[in-house]
Amino acid sequence: MSNRITSGGIWRRIGFGLSVFALVSPAILVFLWMISLLLKNELDSTAYPPVFITNPPTFANDIEVFEKNNVLPYFWNSLLVTGGAVLIGLLVGVPAGYGIARSKAYRTAVMILIARMTPALSYLIPLFLLFQIVGLIGSIWALLITHLVITVPIIVWVMIGYFEGIPQELEDAAYVDGATLWQSFRYIALPLARPGMMVGAILAGIFSWNNVVFSVVLGGKNSRTLPSAVYNLLAFEQISWGPLAAAALLVTLPVILMTIAAQREIVAGLSAGGLKD
Amino acid sequence: MAAAAADPGALAPGPAARNERMTDKVLPATEPTHAGSTHLAPRRYCLFALPALLLMAAVIISPWLFTLVMSVMEFTVGGAINFVGLGNFTKLVSDTRFLESVGRTFWFTVLAVVFPIGLGTAAAVVFHCQFPFRGLLRTIFIMPMMATPVAVALVWTMMFHPQLGVLNYLLSLIGLAPFAWVYDPNTVIITLVLVEVWHWTPLVMLIVLGGMAALPTDPYDWATIHGASDWQMFRFITLPLILPDIMVAVVIRTIDALKVFDTIFVITQGGPGTASETLNIFLYLQAFQFYNLGYASAVVMVFS
Repeated sequence: MSNRITSGGIWRRIGFGLSVFALVSPAILVFLWMISLLLKNELDSTAYPPVFITNPPTFANDIEVFEKNNVLPYFWNSLLVTGGAVLIGLLVGVPAGYGIARSKAYRTAVMILIARMTPALSYLIPLFLLFQIVGLIGSIWALLITHLVITVPIIVWVMIGYFEGIPQELEDAAYVDGATLWQSFRYIALPLARPGMMVGAILAGIFSWNNVVFSVVLGGKNSRTLPSAVYNLLAFEQISWGPLAAAALLVTLPVILMTIAAQREIVAGLSAGGLKD
Repeated sequence: MAAAAADPGALAPGPAARNERMTDKVLPATEPTHAGSTHLAPRRYCLFALPALLLMAAVIISPWLFTLVMSVMEFTVGGAINFVGLGNFTKLVSDTRFLESVGRTFWFTVLAVVFPIGLGTAAAVVFHCQFPFRGLLRTIFIMPMMATPVAVALVWTMMFHPQLGVLNYLLSLIGLAPFAWVYDPNTVIITLVLVEVWHWTPLVMLIVLGGMAALPTDPYDWATIHGASDWQMFRFITLPLILPDIMVAVVIRTIDALKVFDTIFVITQGGPGTASETLNIFLYLQAFQFYNLGYASAVVMVFS
């Protein structure tokens, strides 16, 4: 089936081109509109018929967001929460992936994946109370711990697939030489699994960064992550479209850049495991 | 020994005879290596998974038990805590707002599974072909899935604006009447499904595309020789072979559609009125807007 398109007739090619266009254009439209809102001044943002770009393009909106609403601390919070959750996720998830892959304990895997399936609100209610009791509400730690629910299952899942692809024979040779289980993991399997760790970390990082509900519920004024800070701009500050779009782009830009830079890894990780968030 | 183990290259090519400390108690050399190692002690491998298991248990399962306890309490933040037995549950059965949210969630889920599966499979068929700029276009296609839901929902909200939104402008360009999008109780669900389809069709595409990458070529050669049409090849060869992948996508989509919160929360907060209040939004409002934590816990218990 592949390769046939380019050798087809002219109508066939046009039809194919149109279907590609139809598939890609909704994605382009939304992101283009986001950029357009970013480059417009306040007047043109709400103009009808819509103006695509103010002439000349202006970054006034974006500067306003930075000046009026101190967004940098939220950016830093997001970075801390996502970075911490990915690091701990790797620390805990990589050995787990190894153990499950080697002992074929798929029931254990299912238990870890339950975390990925449960709706966040079902455990957020008790967690909210628990964190309140121990006084962690409004602290970055509460968010970091909760974000592990996102990062650990993704990393475990990716690593199971990856370790299964590393031949057992390599490690058997080490056992023959008297290596312990830990040494065989540490010096043979782990170095070979480095690309898998990359994939796991990228996916876990993106989905942790994107999460909003944990921070809406558990975050305080000073521990809020960037997505929930942007949500607050919308819900409570009533600021206008231009700055909102600027804030939106600020949240999602790191993720978009990451997607473009690491698209090969992302496609590999997602089409193999079929998971997210 | 430590030195040997530290150098995987030296260990990799089979039995390293130079290791003088090798003893019989490690592994009898006669035993087939792969069988020997899986028997090595599956239990010890489980130690590797223990930290992750404990962590997930601590963050998911223990709160769940806590929820169980709370569901039989009248528990409001700052208010009294009373034991009400099954009171919360009987209240649920007669709560029309709750029952409506269940029905709404059902329809939303059905639509948010069916459309992405259909479109995603079609997209996988397209992206399975070779064409110019395929890699670039595929990256653009999967971008919605990676983009932060809050950011995307913000942009959608602006585009849905009935008077100033760009979508109604585009409709007017092709001569159609303006649409109310999320501002009409009758169209809000289908509009939110549209956002969901935009967001998650790429994931279905990736899963199905992964399946198509493993397709054998022989049946297609055979079918071409026998003059099968493209549709016949898709219907009778491709579709049966990728059906398992599509089923995986259906399961994942169903789980995710039931979980949807971000986009609905940002775009409508359940409105207008309660027209887009799905189960998750209902839960959120009960727990964190009205602070009826006991009641909300009962809702969680019903669905887990």
